[in-house]
Amino acid sequence: MRIVHHPVLGEQPAARTVEVTVDGRKVVAREGETIAAALMAAGIKVHRYTRRKGAPRGLFCAIGQCTDCVMIVNGMPNVRTCVTPVADGMTVETQRGGGPAQAGGNTRRRSAGSGDRVRDGDD
Amino acid sequence: MTEFDVAVIGAGPAGLAASIEAARRGCRVLLMDSNLRPGGQLVKQIHKFFGSKEHRAGTRGIDIAVGLHREALEAGVVFWPDTSVYGVFPGGALGAVRGMLGGEPRGVVVRASTLILATGASENAVNFPGWTLPGVMGAGAAQTMINVERVLPGRKVLMVGSGNVGLIVSYQLMQAGADVEAVVEALPRVGGYGVHAAKISRAGVPILTSHTVLRAFGETEITGAEIARIDESWTPVPGTSRRVDADLICIAAGLRPYARLAMLAGCRMTYSSALGGWLPLHDRAMRTSVPGVYVAGDVGGVEEASTALEEGRIAGISASERLGMIGAADAARDREEAEARLSSLRMGPFGRPRYDAKEAIYEEGANACPRP
Repeated sequence: MRIVHHPVLGEQPAARTVEVTVDGRKVVAREGETIAAALMAAGIKVHRYTRRKGAPRGLFCAIGQCTDCVMIVNGMPNVRTCVTPVADGMTVETQRGGGPAQAGGNTRRRSAGSGDRVRDGDD
Repeated sequence: MTEFDVAVIGAGPAGLAASIEAARRGCRVLLMDSNLRPGGQLVKQIHKFFGSKEHRAGTRGIDIAVGLHREALEAGVVFWPDTSVYGVFPGGALGAVRGMLGGEPRGVVVRASTLILATGASENAVNFPGWTLPGVMGAGAAQTMINVERVLPGRKVLMVGSGNVGLIVSYQLMQAGADVEAVVEALPRVGGYGVHAAKISRAGVPILTSHTVLRAFGETEITGAEIARIDESWTPVPGTSRRVDADLICIAAGLRPYARLAMLAGCRMTYSSALGGWLPLHDRAMRTSVPGVYVAGDVGGVEEASTALEEGRIAGISASERLGMIGAADAARDREEAEARLSSLRMGPFGRPRYDAKEAIYEEGANACPRP
């Protein structure tokens, strides 16, 4: 849900909209916002499934550190959706494991950051 | 290869202040940040700061960030957003990638004889069954979504942790239209300022001390959580557990210094529980154990935006001194002013433990951090 009225920030200013495709579904986003924000506004919370257990993961740190929210964006896996802005015509796909190998995904282990914020060994 | 006198990593309050001070003293300064906009965590602080006028009391963090950025540009600082520094190499070379978030990523090498690390902090996590489910996130993450992105990440919230982040984000989630079902706090007392606790208590939010979250419920998204009272040994008390319906669980369990680049740079590390954990050892002038490498802000011990700003000023002055832009006497005088303001920020029941912890770090650092 978008926060249109806010007691401190006021009314949300108008913005140009862009259209992105998420797993085949058209989602209207505000220009300049992150992919994660557009997804959350559209009610989409699952960004990926882990490699071994197939466990769902979504937004966790929202500042590009934990890499839990990575998805396949324009065919490229492991894109941090919480810091990457939307663009018109962008395709976004739910990622399974490291993403498709032919697209540069690493099926053994995610190549995107593997810091202390990774939430367990099941990348 | 790009050459500067000073490279500053992190454009939060510490990095911005450090850049401004160094640039005003004649240094060629490059300020880098991995995000698209400057300000660090200031950009999501929509509450008014309190304290003294010189620390911008009554101003919202988001406005402070805009002002500092303008000051930096006016002082001649070169600012590179969307720049992730991944390597610190001997001889003052930095490896970075620009354009990862917008445009084509490309690698660059930056050369600077003096380095100021202002990389901030990261949120601590609390592990419990279900904590990896979508709908469980850091309190800072929820704050980013509501105040920067203006998207509500949940309507019924369980907040885990009653430090200032937990209390402030609870209040801001309510301002954004969510219901906060409860705040649970494992300690027997509220962690943050009374003024923040009072705001949400008045609105009817229960702050449950000596309580913790046992598990999150849900298959692909959370639907609720089980909470329970805990005893002095942090063991759940039988018969006290109950279910709280929630579609958002926020974890506000404190922050730790984000010190990876400091470690890469070879800075000697030290541990301080009061300051969030492992941090690069430094002296009062913000020098680390590695000549030419300085720290400022949360990376040198988790405190608050206003202390980060003053530490940034000190680091900028020290960097200018090292580069010969000002003499030792002038540098000492300029630092003293900022040090006095820092001490005034480290007072009271919350500030005093940080003051003591910082003094211990300075004392240890005095012998380990070489002067120019």
